[in-house]
Amino acid sequence: MAGIPHDQYEPKTGGEKWVHSRLPIIGLLYDTIMAPTPKNLNWMWIWGIILTFTLVLQIATGISLVMHYTPDTSMAFASVEHIMRDVNGGWALRYLHQNGASLFFVAVYAHIFRGLYYGSYKEPREITWIIGILIYLLMMGTAFMGYVLPWGQMSFWGATVITGLFGAIPFVGETIQTWLLGGPAVDNYTLTRFFSLHYLFPFVIAGLVIVHIWAFHTTGNNNPTGVEVRRTSKAEADKDTLPFWPYFVIKDLFALAVILAVFFAIIGFMPNYLGHPDNYIEANPLATPAHIVPEWYFLPFYAILRAFTADVWVVQIASFVTGGIIDAKFFGVLAMFGSIAVMALAPWLDTSSVRSGKYRPMFKWWFALLVIDFIVLMWVGSQQTEFPYDWISLIASAYWFAYFLVILPLLGVIEKPIPRPDTIEEDFADHYGKSSDTAGTTAATPAE
Amino acid sequence: MFKKLALSAAMALALTTGGAFAAGAEGHVEDFDFSFEGPFGTFDQMQLQRGLQVYTEVCSACHGLRYVSFRSLAADSGPGLPEDQVRAYAEQNFEVFDAELDDFRPATPADNFPVNDSLGAPDLSLMAKARAGFHGPYGTGINQFLKGMGGPEYIASLLTGYTGETLEQAGTILYENTAFPGGYISMAPPLYGDDVEYADGAEATIEAEAKDVAAFLMWAAEPKMMARKQAGFVGVVFLTLLSVLLYLTNKRIWAPVKGKKKHA
Repeated sequence: MAGIPHDQYEPKTGGEKWVHSRLPIIGLLYDTIMAPTPKNLNWMWIWGIILTFTLVLQIATGISLVMHYTPDTSMAFASVEHIMRDVNGGWALRYLHQNGASLFFVAVYAHIFRGLYYGSYKEPREITWIIGILIYLLMMGTAFMGYVLPWGQMSFWGATVITGLFGAIPFVGETIQTWLLGGPAVDNYTLTRFFSLHYLFPFVIAGLVIVHIWAFHTTGNNNPTGVEVRRTSKAEADKDTLPFWPYFVIKDLFALAVILAVFFAIIGFMPNYLGHPDNYIEANPLATPAHIVPEWYFLPFYAILRAFTADVWVVQIASFVTGGIIDAKFFGVLAMFGSIAVMALAPWLDTSSVRSGKYRPMFKWWFALLVIDFIVLMWVGSQQTEFPYDWISLIASAYWFAYFLVILPLLGVIEKPIPRPDTIEEDFADHYGKSSDTAGTTAATPAE
Repeated sequence: MFKKLALSAAMALALTTGGAFAAGAEGHVEDFDFSFEGPFGTFDQMQLQRGLQVYTEVCSACHGLRYVSFRSLAADSGPGLPEDQVRAYAEQNFEVFDAELDDFRPATPADNFPVNDSLGAPDLSLMAKARAGFHGPYGTGINQFLKGMGGPEYIASLLTGYTGETLEQAGTILYENTAFPGGYISMAPPLYGDDVEYADGAEATIEAEAKDVAAFLMWAAEPKMMARKQAGFVGVVFLTLLSVLLYLTNKRIWAPVKGKKKHA
């Protein structure tokens, strides 16, 4: 296998040899846990572990919740209350699972923006990036369907609004919508299929996570300088890297403990802060809530969806050119999915030969603006569609597309990057001084 | 015309969800102090018992409490009634429908409070979590972070928010209420002061009654709140300790690699 040269696993005992010659699983685990990792990784490289942990947390709490939940419109809401009141520790499972979704998205957004800043999507890590986007899309699907399961007012009306988006697709929209819902409107058949898929998707995500890790273990981690690990010889690679265990495992676990302390404070003291009160009212198809809002992690894309109304000139042009096939509603849907598509295409839209944003003086500012833009979109997505919010969401949506489609391609041409260090070792030494000696490094590495 | 529209909107809200997120006019919600606020707040058992009394003697005429079981009234982290009192309370005050008998019979501790939707009044089991008293400012959620979601505050404000003005709309009388979004609610003022004679001798002013029943409904909506806060506190303490230990371990492991730090 290509990759950074490192110690290979050697079976020592008779038992290990017996297993290794039949299934090299111990070697696989050894190579994974001892993977050579750039030693200059900063604190933005913790989110992968947080995300892996959260996936396991969601699957574990989810499997326990399923034992007590009933996917039937007449009983779903009551069964959630049964979990909250009668099941031992049920309230904890439920709140962990509910807020776990928020933790998941906090971490995934940090992870994605880390990748965008340090150019982790660039050659040769395009496949890692694309798989990451797929995981993110599956996460959104899973979270959306999970939110329908408690069968509260916001569950029901959120499902109605979001599946209605597919109805906006010309010609085939209604058929797709009916297929997704299982019938003409959100009802029991919708709940049962959402339940089934909400259980399935996390395991698909888990599979993709393994491929995601496999991909970046082949290319090696990116790092804050964007300079590749030297891999001509093991001796040289050792100067740039440290084994994942224990250096990065302990570092990541420290970060995980800090984040979980905050997470537990939210579970214990304000578990409904991130939720919506209307979802404590049982779904009622006859009563529309005054203000239907998605969960916070969908708000940026919800804002983009709503930004393109019929009076925006691009929408009018699109409508005119296509003879009315693309109306404002469909344009909004295209914009929402397009906003993720342009992100997926970042590896090919970014023309700069410099990987890390650290050495790109102009890029830095545009990137900072993108982060602010994302926060503005999130906020404006929770507001009503009236002046001035309509204008704010339109400008913010426009910037999102401009960043990927105009700014990234242009910057590579006009920007003059500042000098980068030649090696990771140099960057590391620049921060921390020379490592005392190589002997010290190897001595601190536990043999097993 | 506009007034008519606004009124029908208000009525639709009153009759359906009573959504706290109504567009336009938000009601005024007073930030009442409750004993269970903050990370260390606990339910006041006497207050929960008084609130139960208000619910039983006033609210239960129209509102059900379908998800709350009678046996949970005995919980130490709740009203904490002795078991025999729970039994007597259920039997004397409520009848439930028994499918086996195909008839109504007096309630037992094993039953839940009965459903009561005869007048279309909403169930109160989750009311304290289904309403947000505090919002914003400007959609930032800062107020809810500082003051809490404001469910019980909303309930207490609503019960004390009647101005005495009424309006007749399509044969229905609507009552002006300063806390209700839209300003007019279809529920007649339920409390006037001295509606109950508290068993513990506390003074039954309208504000005291409103606060007591709001506290009781918060317990009804979140009966495991005490266990939750305790678990949260223990979790935070242990995770903080673990963080410190992992921080020191991390520092120790990296020390030989890093050498002396040059700049921050």
